[in-house]
Amino acid sequence: MPGSWRTFSLFLFLLLFWWLLSGMPAPFLLAAGVGSALLVVWFARRLNIDDHEGHPVHLAWHALFFYWPWLLKEIAVSAWQVCRIVLDPKLPISPTLVRFKPSQITDVGLVIHANSITLTPGTISVEVSREEFLVHALTREGAAGVQAGGAMDRRVSALESWPRMFS
Amino acid sequence: MNLALIIDLASWVCLLAGSFFCVVGGIGLLRMPDFYTRVHAASLTDTLGAGLILLGLLLQAGFTLVGAKLVMIGLLIFFASPTGSHALTRAALVRGIAPQLADPPEASSSKP
Repeated sequence: MPGSWRTFSLFLFLLLFWWLLSGMPAPFLLAAGVGSALLVVWFARRLNIDDHEGHPVHLAWHALFFYWPWLLKEIAVSAWQVCRIVLDPKLPISPTLVRFKPSQITDVGLVIHANSITLTPGTISVEVSREEFLVHALTREGAAGVQAGGAMDRRVSALESWPRMFS
Repeated sequence: MNLALIIDLASWVCLLAGSFFCVVGGIGLLRMPDFYTRVHAASLTDTLGAGLILLGLLLQAGFTLVGAKLVMIGLLIFFASPTGSHALTRAALVRGIAPQLADPPEASSSKP
């Protein structure tokens, strides 16, 4: 995606954000919204954050329809497991630290992977780097679920490489 | 049965389930033995707890501006809360709070 299109998309998103928050179609407020969105886009350009990391809109389609639904299912399943552990009188936890090498290439991919691990109850990404993830898991079974080549690792890699496959 | 009643029922099921997960998260926070396991319990509250309550409220709001704002709050929570948990646990590890592990590694005693 060329940079100018990304910047324009950032402008549209900011304008939509303004409009949804204000909710009033008065001309003055809409004009103020356009002005504010332009100002923020100008700041973003000067800060160099209107790029594929600051506004990763190229991932939106795949994320919205493939990755997020799967992630929400994962969150629900593991939240239920953690819930049963908490309510179990014996408190059957087996805290485990695991290290593994993530297969993502881009920084956005690594952040999505690390955030997804933390978002799933029962696993937290403690240390994150290109070479290695350090994950704290509430149980041994949870620790076995996060690993190189695991379901989440593969899906995040598919997410980050999706637009390249079709462009 | 009309649609409004079904939506109302679904909304209340979501609100009650969300509250249940929030309470269980609180119980877990008290029952867990160390810092890291407590963070796990707390993550129950801000994923499914907050998520289901927001979904329940969203069903009440429908396709309105309030609904759009609830979606924004949900997105904010889902992006910010894992970042916060990660920063918290990483800070704890850097400051030397050792996690209680089920299988303590042999080499950990020789570490500085």
